[in-house]
Amino acid sequence: MTSRRSPLSPLTPQSPQSPQSPLELVRARPNPAFTVTFDDREITALPGQTIAAALWSAGITSWRTTRERGEPRGVFCGIGVCFDCLVTVNGQANQRACLVRAEAGDVIRTQEGNGHHE
Amino acid sequence: MNERPHLAVVGAGPAGLAAALAAAGRGVRVTLIDSAAEAGGQFYRQTAAALGARRPQALHHQWRTWERLRDGLAVHIEAGRITHLTDHHVWFVERHDAPRGADGADGPGRVADGAGGFTAHALLGPEQEQPVAVRADAVLLATGGYEKVLPFPGWTLPGVVTAGGAQAMLKGGLVLPGRTAVVAGTGPLLMPVAAGLAAAGAKVAALVESADPRAFVRHARTLAAQPATSAAKLAEGAQYAAELARHRVRTLVHHTVVAAHGSGRLEAVTVAALDGDGRIRPGTERRIPCDSLAVGHGMLPHTDLAQALGCRLDGLNVAVDDEQRTDVPGVWAAGETTGIGGAVLSMAEGRIAGLSIAARLDSRTPDVRSYQAAAKARTGLREFFAALEAVYAPPAHWTEQITDDTVVCRCEEVPASAIREAVDELGAGDVRTVKLLTRAGMGWCQGRMCGPAVAGLAGCAPEPSRRPFARPVPLGVLARAGETDDQGNVTAY
Ligand SMILES: Cc1cc2nc3c(=O)[nH]c(=O)nc-3n(C[C@H](O)[C@H](O)[C@H](O)COP(=O)(O)OP(=O)(O)OC[C@H]3O[C@@H](n4cnc5c(N)ncnc54)[C@H](O)[C@@H]3O)c2cc1C
Ligand code: FES
Repeated sequence: MTSRRSPLSPLTPQSPQSPQSPLELVRARPNPAFTVTFDDREITALPGQTIAAALWSAGITSWRTTRERGEPRGVFCGIGVCFDCLVTVNGQANQRACLVRAEAGDVIRTQEGNGHHE
Repeated sequence: MNERPHLAVVGAGPAGLAAALAAAGRGVRVTLIDSAAEAGGQFYRQTAAALGARRPQALHHQWRTWERLRDGLAVHIEAGRITHLTDHHVWFVERHDAPRGADGADGPGRVADGAGGFTAHALLGPEQEQPVAVRADAVLLATGGYEKVLPFPGWTLPGVVTAGGAQAMLKGGLVLPGRTAVVAGTGPLLMPVAAGLAAAGAKVAALVESADPRAFVRHARTLAAQPATSAAKLAEGAQYAAELARHRVRTLVHHTVVAAHGSGRLEAVTVAALDGDGRIRPGTERRIPCDSLAVGHGMLPHTDLAQALGCRLDGLNVAVDDEQRTDVPGVWAAGETTGIGGAVLSMAEGRIAGLSIAARLDSRTPDVRSYQAAAKARTGLREFFAALEAVYAPPAHWTEQITDDTVVCRCEEVPASAIREAVDELGAGDVRTVKLLTRAGMGWCQGRMCGPAVAGLAGCAPEPSRRPFARPVPLGVLARAGETDDQGNVTAY
């Protein structure tokens, strides 16, 4: 092992009684969940979550393929700056999933290329 | 004119909030404009209300300060002194010339130098299509910053996110990027991010920091020159370290991520130790399985609105004087848009800006004593962060780790080979020429993500790029902007 102890290294791990999820950590009591679809598959979303957060909760990390290489992409910056998270929502292409809030019944689709040839 | 002077604050983070409260408390009418659904900015990003968090502070530090800002804002909103526009993305701030021959030699502008006021142009909602315009006598830019990430093989795989992005998704939407995370890069943001992810139930397999602990020793004297600041900051660091220890997070200092692996999504990262020159120490590579990597190499300021207004920059930051004034009359700037230094510095600068604005709009010189404490904190924190910048550094030879087929410009999918060719064979020596030759930086994000990497590969210093607007603007909105109605009001609002 090459790792060295340093002022940054924790020394004494204790046994934590850790929460298992972010919802548990903040003792969330969300408003009732609803469903949206992602590429025709039903997923559950919580009100207040962005499309990206709803997809992450469902274990989905990519919802776009790039124009040139056809590579999958999802969230990168998380704050609306990078445009990697572009997705098609209710027929509208190029929506930033990290900004747009999920609404009941949203039809979310993987966006291919520039999203204009569906 | 018997109306109270009107200030538009762009950005409701720590800086914008502190400024809005200070100005509103002294009789200025404030419109606080932010693209987010709730005030707070990055540091105090709020969990969406509908998620019903009963203990939101579990994801935060310095919560009592937030409560003061939040409650102060509510009081001013209730009293009609502050209007808070949420979900408003400002894409351009327009400066009007003082109408000639109007009341008095100075023109009717509130600012003694005769500026004719400003219009902040915004787009409403996350879809950003509906235009809104806000008129004001003065403007404060408190737009904060965004994260810098330097490329490495595999950095475009889904599951690789910015460190701050992971934090933002967690605080805002109560979600994790995966079950097992590695937090990597360099900078003071990594510890709170790792602590946050671990507290929320992710297994944090490692915190990989490229800084050399010996650099702390080298800069100890500068850090100690501001004893009060250093003590507070070290206590903060110790608290994060304790949290990491509680969650058994292993920290690897003077290490770096060499590559991210996976097909279709992240499955593992390779990390390695660095030698004294900042190169990978051969034979130290090891693979850590993980489904998420939160990575960051520091922060960059958002300066588009300031640049479009013609404000002078100092390096990459908006240049300001002791009162947080830019060199454009009527325009102030505070917080990380003027230099990266964390939430407490942003608040100090915001307070000074708010007090200066209130005085200047009333044709007075602000009383320095009214912000003595904030000015002292500002001096200390600026020096402290300047020293930190020398300590937290990406590996000296980070460009050597970028393989030729690594995509550098994520939007236009420009590989490192194309940039190297532009530099080595076509003689490009600056970011602009590389952009023209390779399209790197021409995509949706306008070079915000690849700018530092392209500069590094071209062997030049990162430079602020000129973007006409802070946000992509629908053509219809552009065509109508600047149209005025009979009352001289610009478009909708
Ligand atoms: C993603 C991210 C996460 C971070 N998380 C942490 C953390 O957990 N802990 C920590 O110590 N530090 C964190 N930081 C560092 C953080 O930047 C500072 O701690 C602090 O928030 C800076 O305050 P500020 O007021 O200067 O800017 P910010 O807090 O960044 O506030 C700027 C505000 O301006 C708004 N804005 C920007 N441009 C526009 C526009 N054109 N139109 C409308 N609104 C606009 C933004 O929405 C934002 O609310 C994070 C930074 C980032 C980028
Ligand atoms: S993740 Fe960067 S814009 Fe959405």
